[in-house]
Amino acid sequence: MAMNPGSKPVLQHSTATAGGMAEAHPAPPSGLLRWLLTTNHKEIGSLYLIFSLVMFFIGGIFAMVVRAELFQPGLQLVQPEFFNQMTTMHGLIMVFAAVMPAFTGLANWMIPLQIGAPDMALPRLNNFSFWLLPVAFTLLLSTLFMPGGGPNFGWTFYAPLSTTYGPPSTTFFILSLHIAGISSILGAINIIATILNMRAPGMRMMDMPLFVWTWLITSFLLIAVMPVLAGVITMMLMDINFGTSFFDAAGGGDPVLFQHLFWFFGHPEVYIMILPAFGIVSAIIPTFARKRLFGYASMVYATAAIAILSFLVWAHHMFVVGLPLVAELFFMYCTMLIAVPTGVKVFNWITTLFRGSISFEPPMLFALAFVVLFTIGGFSGLMLAIAPADFQYHDTYFVVAHFHYVLVPGAVFAIMAGVYYWLPKWTGHYPNERLAQWHFWLSVVGVNLTFFPMHFAGLAGMPRRIPDYALQFADFNLVSSLGAFLFGASQLLFVAVVVLCVRGGRRAPAQAWDYAEDLEWSVPSPAPLHTFDTPPTFERPAH
Amino acid sequence: MSGSYYVPASSKWPALGSLAVGVMMIGSGMLLVHGSGGPVMAIGLAAVLAVMALWFRDVVRESRHGLYDSQMDRSFRWGMGWFIFSEVMFFAAFFGTLFYVRTFAVPWLGGEGEKGLAALLWPEFTAHWPLLNPPGEGITGPREVLSPWQLPLVNTLILVASSITLTVAHEALKEGYRHTCRNWLAGTVLLGLCFILIQGVEYYEAYAHYGITLDAGIYGATFFILTGFHGLHVIIGTVILAVMLMRVHRGHFSEESHFGFEAAAWYWHFVDVVWVGLFLFVYVF
Repeated sequence: MAMNPGSKPVLQHSTATAGGMAEAHPAPPSGLLRWLLTTNHKEIGSLYLIFSLVMFFIGGIFAMVVRAELFQPGLQLVQPEFFNQMTTMHGLIMVFAAVMPAFTGLANWMIPLQIGAPDMALPRLNNFSFWLLPVAFTLLLSTLFMPGGGPNFGWTFYAPLSTTYGPPSTTFFILSLHIAGISSILGAINIIATILNMRAPGMRMMDMPLFVWTWLITSFLLIAVMPVLAGVITMMLMDINFGTSFFDAAGGGDPVLFQHLFWFFGHPEVYIMILPAFGIVSAIIPTFARKRLFGYASMVYATAAIAILSFLVWAHHMFVVGLPLVAELFFMYCTMLIAVPTGVKVFNWITTLFRGSISFEPPMLFALAFVVLFTIGGFSGLMLAIAPADFQYHDTYFVVAHFHYVLVPGAVFAIMAGVYYWLPKWTGHYPNERLAQWHFWLSVVGVNLTFFPMHFAGLAGMPRRIPDYALQFADFNLVSSLGAFLFGASQLLFVAVVVLCVRGGRRAPAQAWDYAEDLEWSVPSPAPLHTFDTPPTFERPAH
Repeated sequence: MSGSYYVPASSKWPALGSLAVGVMMIGSGMLLVHGSGGPVMAIGLAAVLAVMALWFRDVVRESRHGLYDSQMDRSFRWGMGWFIFSEVMFFAAFFGTLFYVRTFAVPWLGGEGEKGLAALLWPEFTAHWPLLNPPGEGITGPREVLSPWQLPLVNTLILVASSITLTVAHEALKEGYRHTCRNWLAGTVLLGLCFILIQGVEYYEAYAHYGITLDAGIYGATFFILTGFHGLHVIIGTVILAVMLMRVHRGHFSEESHFGFEAAAWYWHFVDVVWVGLFLFVYVF
């Protein structure tokens, strides 16, 4: 191996291997067919990201309907039946169609670049994973127009609310979720195979950027729990259509069994939505603090620890369902244990910032907001983990505040940070700094106005998923609704920044951010359609 | 590392496959919800199968043209391995259901343990497994359950034997005895067909004579979801092995490189292991 005296890892490749070998690939079909038939990880990554952005706005409109109805006490705009469909569809679309595909899109774009691979390991399967998503979510959204309306039982679709009492369209909801699940499993298999098998020669596991590491572990979680979701919705389908009694005590089954199975999937699922965010933030903070990431190895181990613990905490969503005492204690303590590896991560980010030469470009702003606001969500999670206290908070707006803090200024902010960070690599242009700053500050104000008052409303006893509320909650809800409208409208700025950046802007060099270390910055900006046709060699920094 | 990792050019199968899956699911939904839509579902299913066949045909051709290197081979190995792990977790959901119902739900309904409230629902209910007397009115339990020592035992012996014959076929392929491989593989497919046939007879018996039905309470539900999905996997596995038989017959695979065959064998052994779990926990204990 050649000497690498510098402090950064280096990919040895000629320009030809990084880009120019276009003649080795047949010309892609033109027009729409190109996107329909593509096997290219960058194009598929873009498809995922565009799809996710569209769904983010559809799910966002549903949220706006919810907040508009809750603007004042009493029923103003929509019927309770429709309100229930809006809360349900908002959750389903945001979780399965916005956040998860956004991370998969980032994985598609960046993992091959970060490990020096020519593409994903199984490129056709990759395209199949993507195109299943529009099919799945067109079907899901179409349930809103079916007789009896769409899903109205909350995104957790507890039986018997979703089986005995669900609308007729529930069967279509189940089938669409099956399609989305197949997409996730195949996508995750592809990502694992890529990471384990496609690294540039010389790159060991512990040389991988943290985004790659977090996605490796996320893929494992996906493959482990999406089939369990498939199993539980299949049992729902049987209960609804074939007279089985899985979730019906009259036949010897148990509605609580549904909750156990759902949350065995559901809790790892929430880490599926946050671990890649950790990876993105772990790339951005060192770049803009101009310091090496503090505690790389401990970040890897902490991510793995969180993933393992995620299988042992599911019943903390079920403290009030009537679990045996020993189960309440077990799940309470396991849940609290998660604070340890998560704390390791937060302290590592803070220590990376300590005495750094920090600058506040848009990706860094979002990453810093992530650290602060995600930690708030983490702390309210700790409060919810205390079983006797949860008896009070359960199903109140406190829970809504908690999971929105980890998902919106958590997962969504990390996605936006990642987009701003990697846009120069994708388009060859820097995003418009001024507009991006506006987007950030309006978002950060909007998000806190929306979700912070929910803590108080929840602690004061306001139940979630109800279209009306008692008068004493009026002020909190008014603030939340105004904040939500502000946050929603600010996202139009995000679209503007992205569109402008695709069309033009200040040119970005290959090394778009001076201190960025990872290997994607060694290929030209914008990254050529095909990179690394012959494997580059990886050289570890000498220290 | 020769640096020739094969990145396929654009392909129409993924997009067509997604469309086919969509048609199949819409047809299934229409059939279940509205009672019509069978033809749509059938067209969708046929399209899914056609796309799979054509897609795999492309892969086989690329492999036979030598486009795949050892790195590609490892991608397939990781892919198949993790796919089987996802199948393990799928069955884990149903085994978990069975264990939960037997250990917690049914005893609690009978008044055991701290969950006394459940017992208040049906005070006369006495819990035992197999659950022949579901507590709710209007749900008739099975009259009796199948003996594990008749057809299930036969099927266990058939599947274990089929794993052995498949291993012999694989070893023969590795040694270059293609005729031996073909014969033992044909025997494996035959054993798979026998299993499916016997399982069909058992289902008939369950419905016609034992009163074990889908709506016979939780016993029937767990029985059919576990054996049903397993049976479906045996059918898929048998089709895969039949395809491998055809490929061996046509002279595909070399002594060193035959991952298609190996993947089929992994899948078959997995299905076999699931059956052993079924035999123990659905039938024997």
